[in-house]
Amino acid sequence: MLKLYGKQYHSRLLLGTAQYPSPAILATAVEVARPSLVTISLRREAAGGKSGGEFWSLISSLGVDVLPNTAGCHTVKEAVTTAQMAREIFATDRIKLEVIGNADTLQPDVFGLVEAARVLTDEGFEVFPYTTEDLVVAERLLDAGCQVLMPWCAPIGSARGPLNPDALRSLRGHFPDTPLIVDAGIGRPSHAAAVMELGFDAVLLNTAVAKAGDPALMAAAFADAIGAGRAAFEAGLLEPRDMAVPSTPVFGKAVFS
Amino acid sequence: MQITVNGERHEVAAKTLAGLLGELDYEGAWLATARNGEVVHREAREQCPIEDGDRIEILSPMQGG
Repeated sequence: MLKLYGKQYHSRLLLGTAQYPSPAILATAVEVARPSLVTISLRREAAGGKSGGEFWSLISSLGVDVLPNTAGCHTVKEAVTTAQMAREIFATDRIKLEVIGNADTLQPDVFGLVEAARVLTDEGFEVFPYTTEDLVVAERLLDAGCQVLMPWCAPIGSARGPLNPDALRSLRGHFPDTPLIVDAGIGRPSHAAAVMELGFDAVLLNTAVAKAGDPALMAAAFADAIGAGRAAFEAGLLEPRDMAVPSTPVFGKAVFS
Repeated sequence: MQITVNGERHEVAAKTLAGLLGELDYEGAWLATARNGEVVHREAREQCPIEDGDRIEILSPMQGG
């Protein structure tokens, strides 16, 4: 079973809550897929505005743990302050830590990420760092106190799937006991299954579900694919071979000539 | 007194952050606040002074990925 910061989860899907056609469709997708965590964010509230309260009521009614993010933060200070504000509203120490370094690729600023991770860990946060697939950065994040790593597999929202499977495999090999979650870049259920077959512990995705023609159906498809990929990893996959190998036994074959 | 709330200039009379939230019709337990880049927790808003030129952020939950 998936275990993150000491808490066990029945599902290996983490689902974002943005970009759905309506709050009702978001709710249906969550009810169908039953993710372990849903990600949420914080934004400026207009004077007299109720939108934040309405959204929070909806999320609270779903009965799923939340993972607040620091999306859109470009500095350590912004990310740390946002995390502190999220902790107050959502009453959780969990934080998906994003420190964006490049506005075009939404690539994390891994230097700021490590610094912010250290600050937040010291303040008792359970940091879920959105990072690249870089092995040394992963080591630094663990040194900073992170107990989970969330490498991208492609840029956020790009739907391109795993661009560097070798690096993902390398992360798995180097950190056999650290929960690894692919965060960002997943476009199809087959992408999710592929990273789960590599031994990743979970997948976090948003756009591929929210922007599907039928988000609830796609959420179910992802849940199935993630389950299938995990089962395949646990079962032990056959490695590719250079030559054909007959599956039907050759021994005892009749000879007619 | 001129202050900035969520990036917009406001002329306000409130002397505390709690008073400011009331003056601007904010309500609800789902708000988080910061003054000049520092978080002000819910229980500290009554004591948090508002001064000319302050930059206040008032955030609430939103969809996120």
